[in-house]
Amino acid sequence: MSEPNQCQARAVALISGGLDSMLAARVISDQGIHVEGLNFFTGFCVEGHTHAIRNRDRKRAKRNNALWVAEQLGIKLHIIDVIEEYKEVVINPKHGYGANMNPCLDCKSFMVRKAREWMTAHDFDFIITGEVVGQRPMSQRRSTFPVVQRESGAGDLLLRPLCAKRQPPTLPERQGWVDREALFDFNGRSRRPQIALAATLGIEEYAQPAGGCCFLTDSAYSRKLRDLWQSRGDKHYELDDIMLLKVGRHIRPRPHFKLIIARDSGETHYLQGYRRRFNHLTMTSHSGPLTLLEGEVTAADVELAARIAARFGQGRDAERVVFDAVVDGLTSGLSVQPLAPENVQPEWYL
Amino acid sequence: MSHQVLDARNLLCPLPVIRAQDRVKQLQPGDVLEVRCTDPGALNDIPAWCRINGHDVLQAGEQAEEVVVTLRVGES
Repeated sequence: MSEPNQCQARAVALISGGLDSMLAARVISDQGIHVEGLNFFTGFCVEGHTHAIRNRDRKRAKRNNALWVAEQLGIKLHIIDVIEEYKEVVINPKHGYGANMNPCLDCKSFMVRKAREWMTAHDFDFIITGEVVGQRPMSQRRSTFPVVQRESGAGDLLLRPLCAKRQPPTLPERQGWVDREALFDFNGRSRRPQIALAATLGIEEYAQPAGGCCFLTDSAYSRKLRDLWQSRGDKHYELDDIMLLKVGRHIRPRPHFKLIIARDSGETHYLQGYRRRFNHLTMTSHSGPLTLLEGEVTAADVELAARIAARFGQGRDAERVVFDAVVDGLTSGLSVQPLAPENVQPEWYL
Repeated sequence: MSHQVLDARNLLCPLPVIRAQDRVKQLQPGDVLEVRCTDPGALNDIPAWCRINGHDVLQAGEQAEEVVVTLRVGES
């Protein structure tokens, strides 16, 4: 057997928090290889944010699945902020988008490239992922596997333990650091092989069987992101922009402004953190949600916004609803008649 | 040994963990870091991160509407 850089080979594993990456890391760890995990925070991760906001989610277990997986496996996990670098992947994906705004192939190449950089900087030997050939229509196909290897620069230092036997032997296998015979030949969209392997390994609890960890695969979220770019006339975003797309009802009654209306007290609490940066409406005559106004607004726009926002509070059937309207830092009282339900146009909802 | 306070309020998971992780890299073993957050998920996530990375959790709890986790930097 050839020796890696150290006495014991060291692998860095991409850990999403789902089952496949958990299995891949476990299978390699079981071969006596030192494994540490990487988890990249893009800003679009479903993990985390949403638990902290809505009332209905406050009762759910508030755990970060990647951290939980690492703890179950007994490996270190490094969570890396890639928000800024990831923008280029979302804004200008070389391979385009999937069914929604998900640039899955570019994303995979980006993450493996970041893992390669980390591997080099920390003197590790190879990279492992939980990919399965044929599992995903865009990023996990036989034809795209070599693309990720090439564009990430990882080449044959990238090992996919769950389907390795369907791929040419990688360097860790050829060098004997990894026993290829103890790897797998999973293929296709069925989850049964992974679930069976989990049972064999005594893994009884795991997060979602596959996917579902990125807001960019969500059609409603993607629609709001496209609207954001269209309204601004170019494709750019800051972290706050993409966080706010996850919160509240988004209603655009005019091309130049939209309302973000909290759906419960949890979201109102969260949106209060943005009051200094946005014009906003606070209902004072009745119980109701906080509303942020995004875009330049005229007095007529503020009145229309208040009439719409009035629909979402306890005063929806009242003659008048009163707000404190904060526009350009100045607060004024505003009394409006709630807009009739038939006048709230369905196409305003994003 | 230093005792530092990290303000991670108004950040949502996993940013409080990332900020704590980045600050710990600048500290020495034995130093104490107090992390103040508003995301209730931090009450689980920062201690979990400490356990898997070899740091001691000295205290973790809620004070008013904040989560406060105090850790001692480990050797690794």
